[in-house]
Amino acid sequence: MPTSKSEPTGPAGGRAGPCYDLAVIGAGPAGLAAADTAARFGLRVALVDAGSRLGGQYYRHPAPELGAARPGRLHHGWAVFTRLRARLAASPLVDHLAGHHVWAAEAGGPGDGGRPWRLHATHGPGAADRTTVRARAVLLATGAHERHLPFPGWTLPGVVSAGGAQAVLKSSLVLPGRRIVVAGSGPLLLAVASSLVSAGAEVPAVVEAASYLGYARGLPVLAGNPAKLAEGAAHGAGLLRRGVRLRRGSAVVEAHGTDRVTAVTVARLDSRWRPVPGSGRRIACDALAIGHGLVPQIELAVELGAGTVTGPDGAVALEVDAEQRTSVPGLWAAGETCGVGGADLALAEGVLAAHAVAGRPAPAREAATRRRRRAFAALMAAAHAPGPDWTGWVTDDTEVCRCEEVPAREVRAAVEELGAGDARTVKLLTRAGMGWCQGRMCGPAVARLSGGGAGRPDSRPLSCPVPLAQLAEPRPD
Amino acid sequence: MDPFDLVGAEPGPARTVLFDGRPVPALPGQTLAAALWADGVLAWRTTRGGGRPRGAFCGIGQCFDCLATVNGRPNQRLCLLPAEHGDTVTTQEGHGHADLEV
Amino acid sequence: MLKRTPYDVVVVGAGVVGAACAYYAARAGLKTAVVDRGPVAGGTTGAGEGNLLVSDKEPGPELDLALLSARLWRELAAEFGERVEYEPKGGLVVATEAAGLDPLHGFAAAQRAAGVEAVPVAADELRTLEPHLAHGLPGGYLYPQDAQVQPALAAAHLLRASGADRHLGEAVTGLLRGPGGAVTGVATARGAIAAPAVVNAAGTWGGELAALAGAHLPVLPRRGFVLVTEPLPRIVRHKVYAADYVADVASGSADLQSSAVVEGTPAGPVLIGASRERVGFDRTLDPRVLHRLAAQAAALFPVLRTVQVQRSYRGFRPYLPDHLPAIGRDARVPGLYHACGHEGAGIGLAPATGLLIGRQLTGADPGFDLAPFRPERFERFEGAEGES
Repeated sequence: MPTSKSEPTGPAGGRAGPCYDLAVIGAGPAGLAAADTAARFGLRVALVDAGSRLGGQYYRHPAPELGAARPGRLHHGWAVFTRLRARLAASPLVDHLAGHHVWAAEAGGPGDGGRPWRLHATHGPGAADRTTVRARAVLLATGAHERHLPFPGWTLPGVVSAGGAQAVLKSSLVLPGRRIVVAGSGPLLLAVASSLVSAGAEVPAVVEAASYLGYARGLPVLAGNPAKLAEGAAHGAGLLRRGVRLRRGSAVVEAHGTDRVTAVTVARLDSRWRPVPGSGRRIACDALAIGHGLVPQIELAVELGAGTVTGPDGAVALEVDAEQRTSVPGLWAAGETCGVGGADLALAEGVLAAHAVAGRPAPAREAATRRRRRAFAALMAAAHAPGPDWTGWVTDDTEVCRCEEVPAREVRAAVEELGAGDARTVKLLTRAGMGWCQGRMCGPAVARLSGGGAGRPDSRPLSCPVPLAQLAEPRPD
Repeated sequence: MDPFDLVGAEPGPARTVLFDGRPVPALPGQTLAAALWADGVLAWRTTRGGGRPRGAFCGIGQCFDCLATVNGRPNQRLCLLPAEHGDTVTTQEGHGHADLEV
Repeated sequence: MLKRTPYDVVVVGAGVVGAACAYYAARAGLKTAVVDRGPVAGGTTGAGEGNLLVSDKEPGPELDLALLSARLWRELAAEFGERVEYEPKGGLVVATEAAGLDPLHGFAAAQRAAGVEAVPVAADELRTLEPHLAHGLPGGYLYPQDAQVQPALAAAHLLRASGADRHLGEAVTGLLRGPGGAVTGVATARGAIAAPAVVNAAGTWGGELAALAGAHLPVLPRRGFVLVTEPLPRIVRHKVYAADYVADVASGSADLQSSAVVEGTPAGPVLIGASRERVGFDRTLDPRVLHRLAAQAAALFPVLRTVQVQRSYRGFRPYLPDHLPAIGRDARVPGLYHACGHEGAGIGLAPATGLLIGRQLTGADPGFDLAPFRPERFERFEGAEGES
């Protein structure tokens, strides 16, 4: 597998490169499995990924220069990754375009004779270089990002996303503090707390907003997914052994400190996630790792008009058929982009998608895995769906949009006084969601505070910033 | 136990980067954000509205909170940039483009 | 059907034009309701840059309307202040080559005769006005009357100040008709809203609303993309654009036209408009268009080559075949008024449109010749849309 930080298509995209049979965007579990399977069917594959190393967020691992002898200690299923990595490295049919951020996809024309797809990507230092990747078909395996619900003090240094704490640990072997509270909702919290504790951090509490009663309603689904249960149980047992307390039905409702976090207040929540008055309890810490589940990252497909579905937790995912086809001809999706469900599901869907692209019948094993894991994913999403009254802990001064520093007061005024009733209008009237991150951090919160609810995918015609100089260059084709 | 023990890491010798003029060690392969965290630094930007301190939040290049000026170039995401010997990181105030104002 | 409180007027459309109609109707003492299938500023308004321009208009009825509007915006700014981000920053139109200077002089001379302030700027003065402007540009004109607002805020605050009842997220499904076919209100999914007058401020959907009354009004969409940079200090003082823009605005071609209009905003980002294409309501991002805008903006302001484009958005301007809006009473349908088809100038022309509609509604003398804007003027205009 030729790995290239520059493009294999000529200098600065100056001439048209090869037209691949399949371009896979994202090199996490879904993308890796798809690229591997497609190459085994003889397809020429471009594996386009923003990261510098294969693996995405799930298989994120230390740079080779850090000399980690046992990188698998921070992972479940590490052997699956190393096997895929080795096979891809040996394949002459897969080009790995590392460090490439795809900012827009242009759909191709129908049929073999039609215009190929074009993926526009930045890469290189300062994102100064440009590549256009041409392909007959595209698989979107761009994963997910974390959902955040704002609370007073969440912008203090030392308050970091749960996935972020884990990512920096996995890739650079560094912790954000010594005494780290882990809070929010979702199965990621236990995994993060486990990693932090095993790496030497003290975790005074894992604070989970959901009651976990939601899982009890899905016993048959649980019985069909023993591996997922075992994974959760392993995290839970490991944490218990180290004296880490799991507080269910609770939330961090405030982070304290002036220039960095020094403590948090944890309060009990009722079934609608409203903080119970008088239940607050202060816990000293020097870092807080926070996250409220994951939401699919699908803007490249949304811009092309791909159909979407809304999950039980309100997150919008791509609608796909049994063979991972989106509603846009030539565009497939696999893994978290089709609804957050974990690595095993992503691997299976990557394999399924590659079969479909290659015109092969769906393999029974992966199809069965998909059915089981999709059911589990739905159960999980419902169990951890943010309760409707979490806004009860959002004071008027709480910054909702981190980029544009928009406090909840302004969002509420836009709704109550100016007649905004959805996230887009609130954004136009307050700038919440208009900053550098394009609403990735505040989107779900703004949607809830505007009363519009979720269900409409965010629009981001450019999926990441692009140097103006690069846009200004003539196109290569 | 620390993260290095956990994975049996034996990194090469540390490089030195400058943070606001002060030398900070960075191991090869670490990002600038990680090197600063390891040195106890959590903030390297002030917001353009309230002048509040910010550092890394999402850790994976999505939130753009970890922007700073690196080697004179503003708005670089420290969570994505590998630390190179001699890198100069400067706390970024606001948009980081004050030099362009007319 | 449930009949609700009768109003004096129902305005269909909560964009900036509808909001201005509601504002001036309410000021004239009329009890007003505003209905929109979406939120406030949900259509073209929310995708606009907030241009209040006289500089791009040749002498004629649209310029007269723009001059009236410029005066009204100054009054409104005194009332709304910073809440709508009104900036009387002036426009700077530059020629990009020496051959472009003479037409610019001629254009400006005609505008001055019509009441526009246009100040010639010599080549060596350009960078005094705009220090980041490219070297070597041959000259231009400063238009002090050009200004800017944040369009969504402008619409929302006008609508709020009107005190009109807001029926947002409520699609109009039909028109109520009375004796002689007169329009007597609107029907929506939630019921009927009765009023002796209905104002069509439905923007790109204005043609469909007119059709509900059996009236022909050929409003069509003209797509535009805007690039938005990262937040910056003030690097562009005026609204700056190349003289080619005027030709693009007036063009009848369906093909892509673009000429960068570059401007700063109080929030920091620089906005780069404005492409024009007729592609129906196709929302697909077209990298060709982004490239053209970026290249043209960088040619005017080379400093922009050092910044990042953070996002982009698109909108659809509602246009009529002769590039003039439809404003006023529909002679074919009693009770129906139109205030739509302002193309890319709706933010600028909204207050004048609202004021004149308000005067017609109250039976006052508009004090302005509305004949060029007659909504029924396209009855004999069929076939003239075939430019493409």
